[in-house]
Amino acid sequence: MKMKRRDLLKGMAGGLALAVLDAPGKSEARTIQALPPEALGILYDSTLCVGCNACMAACKEANHMPVESGSAEQIWDNPIDLSAKTLNIIKKYENGTAATKDVETDGYAFIKRQCLHCVDPSCVTACPVSALTKDKENGIVSYDKDVCIGCRYCQIACPYHIPKFEWDVAYPEIVKCQLCSHLIEQGGISACCSVCPTGASLFGRVEDLIEEARRRLQMTPGKTYAFPVSSMDSGKTHNFTAPKYIRHIYGQEELGGTQVMYLSAVPFENFGLDAFPKESFVSMSSGIQYAIYKGMVYPLVVLAALMFMVKKNKHGETPDANPPAPRQDQALLTQRGEDNE
Amino acid sequence: MSDAKPLGGRILTPTFLVCLLVIGVAGYYTYKRFLLGIGAVANLNDGFPWGLWISYDVVVGSAFACGGYVMALMVYVFNGGRFHPLVRPALLASMFGYSLAGVSVLVDIGRYFNVYNLYLPWQINLHSVMLEVALCITTYVFVMWLEFAPAFVEKWKLKKFGAVLDKVVFVLIALGVLLPTMHQSSLGTMMLMAGYKLSPLWHTSTLPLLFLFTALFMGFAMVIFEGTLSGRVYRLEDETHLLAKIGKIIAYLIGVYLILRLQNIFVRGAMPEAFSGSFLGYMFLLENALLLGGMFILAYPGYRHSPRLLFIAAVLVLCGGALFRFNTYIIGYNPGTGWKYFPSIGEQMITYGLIALEIAGYMLFVKFFPVFSAGHKSAAPIPVKE
Repeated sequence: MKMKRRDLLKGMAGGLALAVLDAPGKSEARTIQALPPEALGILYDSTLCVGCNACMAACKEANHMPVESGSAEQIWDNPIDLSAKTLNIIKKYENGTAATKDVETDGYAFIKRQCLHCVDPSCVTACPVSALTKDKENGIVSYDKDVCIGCRYCQIACPYHIPKFEWDVAYPEIVKCQLCSHLIEQGGISACCSVCPTGASLFGRVEDLIEEARRRLQMTPGKTYAFPVSSMDSGKTHNFTAPKYIRHIYGQEELGGTQVMYLSAVPFENFGLDAFPKESFVSMSSGIQYAIYKGMVYPLVVLAALMFMVKKNKHGETPDANPPAPRQDQALLTQRGEDNE
Repeated sequence: MSDAKPLGGRILTPTFLVCLLVIGVAGYYTYKRFLLGIGAVANLNDGFPWGLWISYDVVVGSAFACGGYVMALMVYVFNGGRFHPLVRPALLASMFGYSLAGVSVLVDIGRYFNVYNLYLPWQINLHSVMLEVALCITTYVFVMWLEFAPAFVEKWKLKKFGAVLDKVVFVLIALGVLLPTMHQSSLGTMMLMAGYKLSPLWHTSTLPLLFLFTALFMGFAMVIFEGTLSGRVYRLEDETHLLAKIGKIIAYLIGVYLILRLQNIFVRGAMPEAFSGSFLGYMFLLENALLLGGMFILAYPGYRHSPRLLFIAAVLVLCGGALFRFNTYIIGYNPGTGWKYFPSIGEQMITYGLIALEIAGYMLFVKFFPVFSAGHKSAAPIPVKE
């Protein structure tokens, strides 16, 4: 009996240790998210953006967001970053004299920050109550305030610092861009793209957007090309001279890919868009979770073993079965104390 | 079932009154938080969405409350019957620690009315580590109150309930060992999701194992800490020989832990960061030095049988383990966008209030309910003073 219990213990400990240590290798056990079939997104081309902020105004209007102002009068909207009141913002990179647009040294460039609608979103995996969900068809990551418990794990998990929290509201919500899904439902497109005068924010199917981004990377700098405006299928185009792009589509592969992607002539790190590996942090942690808790097999086996052992060890101490047992413990206790190990 | 007896004695001791005062102040800030929002009380922000409340009240606090877990493991799984007198006091402290961690979560989360969604099968997200932790902790709180229920049964002579409880208590105890094993390791898994925001000194796929180890040795250290204190305060029989044995277990656990921890840092090439002279490097060294110090004292029989050194070692281990958890959740966490965080006075007061509530509750319970074994009381009736 004694041997048996020891073996059982060893097996349990070994199994648990294996489950914990093996986890990174086992991460493929979890289905890696793929781009949804009708994935919708935005291609933001920094070189086309003139910094007019029309997208910010349109975003506030379409989503009924309040003005966020540095001045006490709150006359005009001038947020400094994404916040619980701002879902979309145009920010500016500046260096040295900031004389030339889209140049890294002594130049400047614009960047649009908003939710990137990841292919494998950390926030969706993190959320315990499925308040954040990714649409199976169009891939939009949306938020349901009627379910959210406000734990803010999504904020910890998001590698792009997107979800924001209403810190000064008694019963707060998480706030983030939902790609104007309410407009898309009615056949429209994201407000920021529909008002963008230059086509810097371009709405469309992600596959088409990647195609378009690749086309732009093929362009000869200095030659004139037609660039679609508003959305891929709007039929409207503008002619621009092609810039000297950084040869990378940011968001195509970062952390499993995103549905909002960037093109730029200035290295992406300058915009606070970090160089990320292809594998998302999600796969790491939920790989471990999966290895241990898959089908709850390990926990149930351990529970059964524990119940067996507790029942056996507890039996000896019930007063009816063995009245002097506690006294023995007591005696043993004092004895042990004297021999001082 | 047990030979434990209520201690009786005066309720309104000076310590108890101080606790009530702190609870009162905390109550004011809690009221303000619910009226005006979290931002009105706490320094939490979009860069640091989790602060003192999560890192101390839940992550560190629940490790401090692992005494019940480790004693159940010792007595009922490893058949260490001689430690039986330590089970109920440890369980009581754990019960308060965990229950109040639950209360603190309700203060911390924004949309508390929606909390029931954690228990709706069609709403839960099985991929979420947070879900596992939340479900495990709530179940464990219930399990602990039931595990402790024999004390109520003995006090109020609930014979029928007692008989039912006696039949299922082995299930409760088994759950009381399984659940903390699950959620204490998951508290480590939780921060894996932070990715690059967490310093490589703490971000490792071994985090779940490291969190499990810290829960174990911090639980044991808490048993020594509480055992020594309540022994002094309530003039109980000297338990040093028993506590020293627990100290020995701690020494072994920390030994294994430190090998794991340092080997992991070394293999991942993060060791230069530890000795780079950076703030985080020092925090890493301090965290491990505290544990090493505790282990050193506990490794020598001569040292660990001295009540004073044993207590000091327990404090070192508790501080080291707590620092590891603070480092993982707050100090080593850098969202990298210029955000700063240090807990505000109001935020701290709510945490102090919860600690005071734990102490006050513990003092009430040991006087009203059979917690300490009668055999432990000094033979000569000494009036209880504090």
